[in-house]
Amino acid sequence: MRAWLYLLAAAVAIGIVTTPAIVVFVFGGQSFDDSLLAAFATLLLVSALAVVTMRDIIRCGLAMIVCFIALAGIYVQLGAPLVAAAQAIVYVGAISVLVLFAIMLTQTKAGPSQLVFQTQAGWAGLAAVVLAVIIGVAVSGTDWPAAAARIHVATDDLARLLFSDYVLPFEVVSVLLLAAVIGGVFLAKRDAPAGDGETR
Amino acid sequence: MADQLDTYLTLSGLLFAIGTFGFLARRNAISMLMSIELMLNAVNLAIVAFGAFIPALKDRGAVIALLVLAVAAAEATVGLSIVIAIYRNRKTPLVDEYDAMRR
Repeated sequence: MRAWLYLLAAAVAIGIVTTPAIVVFVFGGQSFDDSLLAAFATLLLVSALAVVTMRDIIRCGLAMIVCFIALAGIYVQLGAPLVAAAQAIVYVGAISVLVLFAIMLTQTKAGPSQLVFQTQAGWAGLAAVVLAVIIGVAVSGTDWPAAAARIHVATDDLARLLFSDYVLPFEVVSVLLLAAVIGGVFLAKRDAPAGDGETR
Repeated sequence: MADQLDTYLTLSGLLFAIGTFGFLARRNAISMLMSIELMLNAVNLAIVAFGAFIPALKDRGAVIALLVLAVAAAEATVGLSIVIAIYRNRKTPLVDEYDAMRR
């Protein structure tokens, strides 16, 4: 019985992702790039909405993983495969696991039955809609000096730039990561019980 | 559509707005951190899109996006460990119950 429910849910999810792609393909000039982008964009926005609205926070975390994978796909389409790979490794591989562990460490039994949203949720929704409209107007109203064709970045050019012009930010980031590791260990470390004497 | 900058920037704006909503509306501290991750990802998408379409930026968009990725990882580490440290003291992950400085 439950297996059928899961299959139905999977079919609905596949339908939600593929329908815009097919619509774009049929009515939008039959370009595979466009329909692939439509599929990724739908997956991205639907899973992002699931992250912010779902009741069970574990499912929010899993939807966040889907969102990051869709974003990696969009990076590939934008001609930045290295950023897509880094996105998959850092976000899907590391940050998602970190978030899931933090969820499991902080969940109470009463968690899912409590209110999900604060009392200001209505105003927050209004603010988000206004923000989206402002960004949309600004994007469509500005005339970007865009290239005629999409630029594809060769990875060795990128590496050369990273280790010549951007070598100082690169080193600063390594110090920042070290500080974050030490800070994370220090903050999440359990305090030694009083009178124990030894430090851990 | 797939070769226009506006598409990607609009997508990035929508993702940022969704993240803003989640940050302002959710009660759970970890949900708020996840919304912040969504907003960071939206900004990263905009940076990569600019790098892919504006000739003057060429490779720089991808480099800046990689640096943003590293900073986001650091932010997630410290943020989540702060949430865990607070949870250990207050026994709740809900931010509206952190009212020690209001009483």
